[in-house]
Amino acid sequence: MAPQVFVYVAHRDGQAADSALELLSAARVLSPDGLVIAMATGWGAELDQVCREMTGRCPEVWKLAHEALAYPNAEAIRKCLSGVLPSGAVLLLAHDTLGMDLGPGLSIKLDSPFVSDVVAMDPPADGALKLVREEYGGQVSTHLSCDISGGAVLSIRSGSFPASEETAAGEVRDKSSDIGDLSCGRRFIKIVEAEAGDVDITKEEILVSVGRGIEDEDNIEIAEDLAKALGGVVSCSRPIVDAKWLEKPRQVGTSGKTVKPKVYLALGISGSFQHLGGLKGNPFIVAVNKNPKAPIFQVADVGVVDDLLEFVPLLTERIDNQ
Amino acid sequence: MAYVYLLITCAGICLFAYILHKRLSPLLRAAPDPRLDRIGERIGKVVQIWLGQWRQPRYLLAGVIHIFIFAGFIILGLRSLQLILMGFWQGASLPGLEGSTGAIYNLIKDYAATWVFVACIVAAVRRGVFRPARYQVPPSLGKDHLGEALLVLGLICALVVSESLFEASLQNAAARSGAAAFAPPLTLLWAGRLILGGLGLPALQAVNSLSYFVHEMVFFSFLCFLPLGKHFHVLTSLFNVFFMRLDRGKVKPVRHGVAEDQLDDLPEFGVSKLEDFTWKHILDFYTCADCGRCSDRCPANRVKRPLSPRFLTIKARDRVYANYPLWGKAVGAEQELVGGIYSEDEVWSCTTCGACEQECPLGIEYIDKIVDLRRGLVDQGRVPQSLQKPLGALEKRGNPWGKSQRNRADWAKELAEEFAVTIAGPKQPVETLYFVGSVSSYDERMQRIAQATARVLRYAGVEFGVLGKAESDGGHEVRRFGEESLFLALRDANTEAILNSGASRIVTADPHDYNALKNDYRGIPPVMHLSQVLSQELERGGLALEQGPYAGKTVVYHDPCYLGRHNGLYDEPRHVIDAIPGIRRVEMEGNCRDRSFCCGGGGLALFYEPEEEQRIGVVRVGMAKEAGAQVIVTACPFCLANIEDALKIAGLDQELEVLDLMELVEQHLPVARRAAA
Amino acid sequence: MEILVCVKKVPDPAENEIVVRRDGSDIDRDDLVYSVNEWDNYAVEEAIQLVEEHGGSVTVVSVGDEESDEIIRRELAMGADAGKLLDDEAFHYSDGRGVAAILAHAARQAKYDLILTGAQAEDAAAQVGGMLAAMLDVPYASLVVRVRVLDQGKLEIAREIDGGNLEINQIDLPCALSIQTGINEPRYVGIRGIRKTASVQVPVLGAAELGLVPATVGRAGAKVRKLDYFVPELGQGAEILQGSREEIADQLIARLKGRGVIQ
Repeated sequence: MAPQVFVYVAHRDGQAADSALELLSAARVLSPDGLVIAMATGWGAELDQVCREMTGRCPEVWKLAHEALAYPNAEAIRKCLSGVLPSGAVLLLAHDTLGMDLGPGLSIKLDSPFVSDVVAMDPPADGALKLVREEYGGQVSTHLSCDISGGAVLSIRSGSFPASEETAAGEVRDKSSDIGDLSCGRRFIKIVEAEAGDVDITKEEILVSVGRGIEDEDNIEIAEDLAKALGGVVSCSRPIVDAKWLEKPRQVGTSGKTVKPKVYLALGISGSFQHLGGLKGNPFIVAVNKNPKAPIFQVADVGVVDDLLEFVPLLTERIDNQ
Repeated sequence: MAYVYLLITCAGICLFAYILHKRLSPLLRAAPDPRLDRIGERIGKVVQIWLGQWRQPRYLLAGVIHIFIFAGFIILGLRSLQLILMGFWQGASLPGLEGSTGAIYNLIKDYAATWVFVACIVAAVRRGVFRPARYQVPPSLGKDHLGEALLVLGLICALVVSESLFEASLQNAAARSGAAAFAPPLTLLWAGRLILGGLGLPALQAVNSLSYFVHEMVFFSFLCFLPLGKHFHVLTSLFNVFFMRLDRGKVKPVRHGVAEDQLDDLPEFGVSKLEDFTWKHILDFYTCADCGRCSDRCPANRVKRPLSPRFLTIKARDRVYANYPLWGKAVGAEQELVGGIYSEDEVWSCTTCGACEQECPLGIEYIDKIVDLRRGLVDQGRVPQSLQKPLGALEKRGNPWGKSQRNRADWAKELAEEFAVTIAGPKQPVETLYFVGSVSSYDERMQRIAQATARVLRYAGVEFGVLGKAESDGGHEVRRFGEESLFLALRDANTEAILNSGASRIVTADPHDYNALKNDYRGIPPVMHLSQVLSQELERGGLALEQGPYAGKTVVYHDPCYLGRHNGLYDEPRHVIDAIPGIRRVEMEGNCRDRSFCCGGGGLALFYEPEEEQRIGVVRVGMAKEAGAQVIVTACPFCLANIEDALKIAGLDQELEVLDLMELVEQHLPVARRAAA
Repeated sequence: MEILVCVKKVPDPAENEIVVRRDGSDIDRDDLVYSVNEWDNYAVEEAIQLVEEHGGSVTVVSVGDEESDEIIRRELAMGADAGKLLDDEAFHYSDGRGVAAILAHAARQAKYDLILTGAQAEDAAAQVGGMLAAMLDVPYASLVVRVRVLDQGKLEIAREIDGGNLEINQIDLPCALSIQTGINEPRYVGIRGIRKTASVQVPVLGAAELGLVPATVGRAGAKVRKLDYFVPELGQGAEILQGSREEIADQLIARLKGRGVIQ
């Protein structure tokens, strides 16, 4: 019998996170035909909105409302979930800053195995699940086996599964009354927004990186526009910092930051040893360079041999038009 | 009157002795530093650098003015002594200065007093009106010392003028009684006699006494004033030059008198407090004349890194003065230097290029102090994060990139079709060992230097081998970045591997390794840089170079610091370039040979990210462009790396090209050219 | 404040080429050199700084083999007061839960106010800190980039969340935190520092000393097992997109969509 699969839906401002649909796809691997239940924790109208949104995707959505869950405090959520999840449940959550906070401890409370940062899975056979994780910053991958017959907690890397296209006319089940005491030893105080100049390129998933091919300080804007269109930030190679066109914290390389984005667009970067030394985690690399012999093309996944000053604005425009 | 003079003299001498005693006390508490070896060489340095003022004319106007004042001081010093004695008995004279020698001396000292006077006026105008940038003090580091400079120039003028008036009044009085005395024309004395010409005996008597009194007062005031500021050098320079560092390229041991195998017993390494400096280093602080030549030539200072060798010294001197006040007890024994007067960035900013030491006319040392300060920081764990990774990798892997030792000779695979590079060891001993170095072993670009070197050696008929995975980083920068324990480990590993290779000589194309093997290692075969090897082969006729792809090009040679300044190899690389037919070689005038400007630093310096306004290498390639070069040739992989980067940053990579001497030679080897054809 | 810091020996990718063995059973360990896991090193530095300011002591503990002794010594050289090595054949091949269980037993041997781990390890799954906290039933926070000691047994901590924003929390002691890199600047320890710790005894504790049932940890207790290692497929050089500028742009957009970059 396939295990009962739950998907934990993270949300903000009344909207489900992008990860929710990916988790639903991942859940389909575990339970190709069975019922996948979405669950969301929170408080007030925003939670209702999220639950309603998810009914378009899932036949059953569990609503877990409690004042202590108004902010996603992993300590409180853990108490809540460990109280309401049935035994033997397999719970999927996103491997993000909430998932990392929540998952490991929850698996202990549920007495279930835990696998984090899953990038791929085979359908389970006889209660055994075969999964893929990466180690050493993505240099190698491993296959793992996990006995999920008694339930499991799995955190899924974003972008590893496609967004689910399933639709449903589901309903919200308010399970709030099952929630027990949520008092805990950690209290959320506030969010301090990062200052504009405070971007940490080591934590970004999409980097639009510029090198000498950008030619002039004013052209940095071209890269910024593309980064904005893609939801990423601008980083650079050493010469750009030397020229003071961007600040030091934006520099990728052995003498700068080591970054591990998912996607790295190298615009006018030749791909020196020192620069590539700062690029870890096996990202998808797109190189745009005038010089077809630039070493960056050796390591890139996709290459565009063109003048970035011509090509990139066109690319940005076409993305914006979509 | 004699009692008054006796009182002035005694008071002056006592005060002076007291001040000196106070100034001496930090030296006595400082770290040991044996400097009484090689007396002959030391006397030679004194004759050349102190008495001969050898380094002064490197800055022509200031240097010449200084030489005049210095010579005047030497000559007039005797006269001042004589004058003091005259206070006690009339007509006193120093032994040897009687009779005709005395007359000749008097002639010279009268002209000396005059040129000193003129030189002081010129110096004062230069300092006060033209204000050379070299002397300016950044607001953050205190205030200008123009006032002190002018005061001292004024005191010197007062000395020579009062001396001349004293003599002139004597001579005029003697002339009245018919005794002929000679006043050399156009001297201060001569002028004094003219001015005092109309005075009667009593007035002359008064002028005589007054000028004597003024001279005595000024003399002793000046004497006691000297140890209070930058003019202390008048007194200390002789000693500082005598005790100066005789060897270039070397780094002082962690602590003199402590053997390497006892280093672990030392509770602390390096300098973290004032008294951790050696006494010679504190003498350096006293001796600094604040002339700013060091900082003027300092590449780090030029690109506005937070380092100025001049202020490294001046800040320490001021700290010595503050901690050892003239009146009262010594204080501040607990003060950390870094975090106090120095910043960490300041200490890490130095490339150890040695330009400051080359320039200092007083023999002040900088590299050892920087290294000692770094040792102190390393010992406290205060190492910039950007350096911790490469240091960790050096410890575990013997190279700063953490690459596997097994791949150390991978660069040779490219040559496999031409010839095999021998991996030397106990089973395969070689005569000539090519020490490749980390950067040329692992960096993709610099591997081409290793390949070129191997070809050049091969076609010059030199049978050689390499150590392969048994080679570790030479440790040159590891030591100079203050990680002595790691350096010793690397050195020991290499020493064993070198001795196992059976080699009777070592050659290398990396000046940093060359300097390490030559000056930091012991008990290994002699080491030569490839430029020396090739220069010798050319001389011997064992190698001939043909006209090739660089015919008609204008080439400039960039002196790597550790080949040139630290080891004196200026001519050999030039000789090799000049042996290639068809190449026109120019110089970066004023910035070549021992005034070569650093590329930005090698080894760990590649990993350190200082605050700077521009890269040092960018300044350097600007100089090459100005010299009209199309090609920069260097003889160091780090210079190549920095200059290649700098050309790109400066946007000069279309008009200028840089390559290593080995790469240049490789392309002009007859064999290689025949093979290519 | 009594602080326990859990550290781990890993091959640092900055010092190693991680290569999978031909049979896929493991990575090739013949030529590996090991270091303390980078995140753990930040945790130790943070603990030392807290103790320097507020008093107390830092104990470093590691589940590992005898080679982990050097890792512990490195942390002692940094300024930790004591070290413990948890080594037993029964511990080998533990999964994350097994490691957490071993550490939990060590943590119960004394009264610690604060337990720190690295947020993740190069060869692991960012899980042990949270599991350990749950086993010990103490509050937990992950990805901590700032710790401030408040009165009355509380800390104010900042967690690093998306977009570089900081989530400020109050947390009661005793608690467990997993530390993110960049929280401080760990001090350097060289050969000399490690040699200075040569005389310090680092006790080795096994299952018996920890009062642990061997079958609950190690291979026997593992619910998650590593089957093999492999290298993710890598293309040989870039696929150079062909066509007009517009066509190339559209091809690129399609590929970025495939990666989930463009929705």
